[in-house]
Amino acid sequence: MAFTKTSKLLATVAFTSAIGSAAMAQEVEVLHWWTAGGEAAALNVLKEDLASKNVGWQDMPVAGGGGEAASTTLKARVAAGNPPTAAQMLGMQLREWANEGALGDLSSVAEENNWAEVVPAAVQEFAVNDGKWVGAPVNIHRPNWLWINAEIFDAQGLTPPTTWEEFNAAADKLQEAGITPLAHGGQPWQDATVFDDVVLGIGGPDFYRKAIIEADMDALGSDTMVQVFDQMRKLSGYVDENFSGRDWNLATAMLLNGEAGMQLMGDWAKGEIIRADMVPGEDILCVAAPGTEGSYLFNTDFFGAFDVSEESKPAQMELAASIMSKEFQEAFNLVKGSIPARTDVAPDNFDACGQKAMEDIVEAADNNALLGSMAHGHGQTSSVQRAMFDVVTEHFNSDMSSQDAVEELQIAVESAML
Amino acid sequence: MAQPMTGRSLRDWLPKLVLSPTVAMMAIFVYGFIFFTTYLSFTDSRMLPSYEWVGFDNYATLFKLRTWDIAVNNLLIFGGLYIGICCLLGLTLAILLDQKIRAEGFIRTIYLYPMALSFIVTGVAWKWFLDPGIGLEAVVQGWGWESFEFDWIKDRDMAIYTVVIAAVWQTSGFVMATFLAGLRGIDGEMLKAAEVDGASTFALYRRIVIPQLRPAFLSAFVVLAHMAIKSYDLVVALTNGGPGTATEVPATFMYSYTFTRNQMGVGAASAEIMLLTIAAVIIPYLWSELREKK
Repeated sequence: MAFTKTSKLLATVAFTSAIGSAAMAQEVEVLHWWTAGGEAAALNVLKEDLASKNVGWQDMPVAGGGGEAASTTLKARVAAGNPPTAAQMLGMQLREWANEGALGDLSSVAEENNWAEVVPAAVQEFAVNDGKWVGAPVNIHRPNWLWINAEIFDAQGLTPPTTWEEFNAAADKLQEAGITPLAHGGQPWQDATVFDDVVLGIGGPDFYRKAIIEADMDALGSDTMVQVFDQMRKLSGYVDENFSGRDWNLATAMLLNGEAGMQLMGDWAKGEIIRADMVPGEDILCVAAPGTEGSYLFNTDFFGAFDVSEESKPAQMELAASIMSKEFQEAFNLVKGSIPARTDVAPDNFDACGQKAMEDIVEAADNNALLGSMAHGHGQTSSVQRAMFDVVTEHFNSDMSSQDAVEELQIAVESAML
Repeated sequence: MAQPMTGRSLRDWLPKLVLSPTVAMMAIFVYGFIFFTTYLSFTDSRMLPSYEWVGFDNYATLFKLRTWDIAVNNLLIFGGLYIGICCLLGLTLAILLDQKIRAEGFIRTIYLYPMALSFIVTGVAWKWFLDPGIGLEAVVQGWGWESFEFDWIKDRDMAIYTVVIAAVWQTSGFVMATFLAGLRGIDGEMLKAAEVDGASTFALYRRIVIPQLRPAFLSAFVVLAHMAIKSYDLVVALTNGGPGTATEVPATFMYSYTFTRNQMGVGAASAEIMLLTIAAVIIPYLWSELREKK
């Protein structure tokens, strides 16, 4: 059954690539899931830049599911021996593809343009595999933001919380005032985004690294983890009744129109804020999630370079060079809400939250607290990540005790690592 | 003399020739991939197919997974209620429609229409309808019945029943049509004879009509059972397996393990279990059908 689906995909793919025949001398085929207005416009910058170098762009957008559909299509393409020139992927996917031996080598263009100097080391850990650059990073997102409706906080006389105790106190006060404290959508990845924040906020960066990134059984079963689930239980009391299944942008809308006071969400929420004619950093405050000031969770979109035929390689190199150019990095990230993946882009054109992010990431990198986000494919392999999702979501949506959740988490992670 | 010869051989060959592409495609894309999936379920495939033999390891892992337990339990609840309610409702509607009422054709069409929708449409429509914030609950509360509550879709213990509701809404019309055809096939003379003998309407249906609907029941059961086992799109559109993992079913499990969790071996093993379950329903049915024909 699984494979009839794949074969259908293959057929569709074969058809679409057959009709998109080439006019340019050289051409890159790029698989991505940036189909929304702003993102698509930002990709145009890249297309035009390549066109000026006489490299054609064959677009292969696969929308939906935060890249889930794209990843399925990509597997079908690679399994059929016909990979695209480059494909958008998250850090762990990039690593998994590199381990499959499917990716090529961008090292020559990386050395020429000095990528190693400007890309943060934590991002390089994904982009460089076995000494070779296998992908070009496009952006750095920060999932551990706490967004606050400034008007509500002013009216209630609250200040942005910096620890989880303060968060709980503020949330209780909001609840008394009849305002939903936390705007949240009950989807596994959103639950996991909050979970990441709580693990990092309560346990600190070293605990996060041990428990999440290294999946250390002792850390996963520790008292700290029990406290994490205790806090998750508190949070599940701060969401409205109707949260289950809600999309993140609808949760953000609750924050914007004053139904809810706070939201724990990545910086892509800025797009929604700007669209509502509000100013990030003024109308909607951005602070690091409680207890995570000084640390920086990240997720990065890479363009993974596949091992293509020799005659396609020059175009692939041009693509990688264009992606890493300051102009594209700035133009794209201004739209996307993230910050550039290279640290030498001037912060002047970014909004207050973007500028704060650019300062914070330097500090976090110096303190060894720039960490991959588990919820967003930079902490664990897909199977362990989903196993963690299962437990976090199960716990958040039921009355499971923290102790049981910790045991479940150990079992789930262990069986996913087999 | 040669003319009729070629004519006959063409007549012999043409059907086979016309059918052969279909047969070849079936052989590759259905049976070929079934064998491929079976093979993969015994390998350590993760992100991409791999050919390292691991025996029954994937099956052992599968049956240790809590999510799979949930999925199987949900299938039992969903399948049982779905088949049961569809048959009961379909039969009732068919009997009522069979009372020689006015505008029967019109009413029949109304009941059959949901079947024309795809499960995705049904799922999305019911998702909105059942959503306490915008759907039924909000509307009734807006009318003034403030204490009215219907939030099953957000309740992890009740969510699976909303899947049943939506699925029954979609298919009971089809079951009705099956039964109606069966009812129309019953010999009127027999019913008249029973009436002359003084049988009550209830006894008439219980002793004569319903027993004669056995073949219709059987086809309805087989169609519903395999739809229940492979139900995927409805669940994805309606609840997407949530809240939490409360409405996970084997088909959603199979997709997520094969394609998003990079545990293709386990995913293939779950696909095999589903295949065997469907086979357990379909093969006896086909066998009895084909035997009767001979």
